[in-house]
Amino acid sequence: MFKKFSPSTDIAGHTPVKTSVQRQIRAGVLSQWKIEPETLEAVWPKKEGLVHVKCREHVSVYTVNSEPLFFQHFDGPFYPTLRFLHKYPYILPKVQVDRGAIRFLLAGAHMMCPGLTSAGGWLPPVEDAIPAERLVAIHAEGKEHAVGLGITKLSTEDIKKVNKGVAVETATYLGDDLWPLKTL
Amino acid sequence: MGKKRAQSPPRTAAAEGEAGSSSQPAEPAKEPTPPVQVLYCQVCSFPLEYCEFGSSLTRCKEWLKEEHPDLYDKFYSEEALQAKIGTLSLEAQTKLEKDTAKKEAKAEAKADAALKKKMASQVTIKRIERTKRKHVTAIHGLEAFSIDLKKAAKQLAGRFATGASVTKNAQGLDEIVVQGDVADEVYEILEKGEGVLKGVPIANVDIVEDKKKKATE
Ligand SMILES: [Zn+2]
Repeated sequence: MFKKFSPSTDIAGHTPVKTSVQRQIRAGVLSQWKIEPETLEAVWPKKEGLVHVKCREHVSVYTVNSEPLFFQHFDGPFYPTLRFLHKYPYILPKVQVDRGAIRFLLAGAHMMCPGLTSAGGWLPPVEDAIPAERLVAIHAEGKEHAVGLGITKLSTEDIKKVNKGVAVETATYLGDDLWPLKTL
Repeated sequence: MGKKRAQSPPRTAAAEGEAGSSSQPAEPAKEPTPPVQVLYCQVCSFPLEYCEFGSSLTRCKEWLKEEHPDLYDKFYSEEALQAKIGTLSLEAQTKLEKDTAKKEAKAEAKADAALKKKMASQVTIKRIERTKRKHVTAIHGLEAFSIDLKKAAKQLAGRFATGASVTKNAQGLDEIVVQGDVADEVYEILEKGEGVLKGVPIANVDIVEDKKKKATE
């Protein structure tokens, strides 16, 4: 989503979010991430206004004190920024790609099934299977921190079975044009 | 409670991360979880473990060796290099290293070219006569020096208590138009590098006059 993104040309405007809408967004975030309400409150205090940074192609970035915390495409799920995920890595279920896939991910590619099912990849066991269309943190073989995050296109069990095509659609990754923007 | 309390934990609680999590079961989640503090590379901005995938590995390594020698060993000692290859085949690893070297060379060449281009770019401050007594000042070429035009216009508007806007000129290039004759002052601001108007070598700045036709003849 931020493969080619430049704040000076791709931002349409900053708007403070109405309190009623903020409440809805907070509820949405709490339902989509495994984050405790008090932790979310610590990074996004109720008294601190959420700002909607409207970007081109229906991408919305939400900031608190100018710091981007999460973003959305149309009215899809709320993706945390990668910096946010680094701080609270447990809020999303994880999948892991093998070392060979890292450089493709860093070039903005979606993650293909074989990169997750090979020896260096990792998917949760069947009892923790992740359905399709869920937010996941993308980790990488031999690395501690997530390298990106995205949304599953198949359930993790189907990824294992089908083993071809796109498994995870990448939403943001290390070094994309959102990454350097600590404030917006 | 409220604002002050809620804001401070993420900044300060990291040090007690370990202690905090062990005491959690006794006191059911009321306190926010402290954030993980990731050490980012000062050169490429990635977490240290990803420097090898960036385009500045050589400089990243130099920086790390200087700043955090212990971590340098963790990431770049012989064993670490062996271990990290993981399940990647030898050919794939060689290819990765080659790619990294290529990327680095490319990034350097690009940076060089960008710098050269920057140093050759001109900034023009144009004093435009609107009527006999009214002038506007148009500044263009600032974007070549990575100056945010909107912010610069705002700064100038505030500084001169006048109107300043970013508009496209006849050639379709963005320029800042400030109401009033402030050409000399803008020149000085650029010379001093005030606020966002910094990083422009003053030798690259020109003041030009745009008088009304035949006005002075
Ligand atoms: Zn680095």
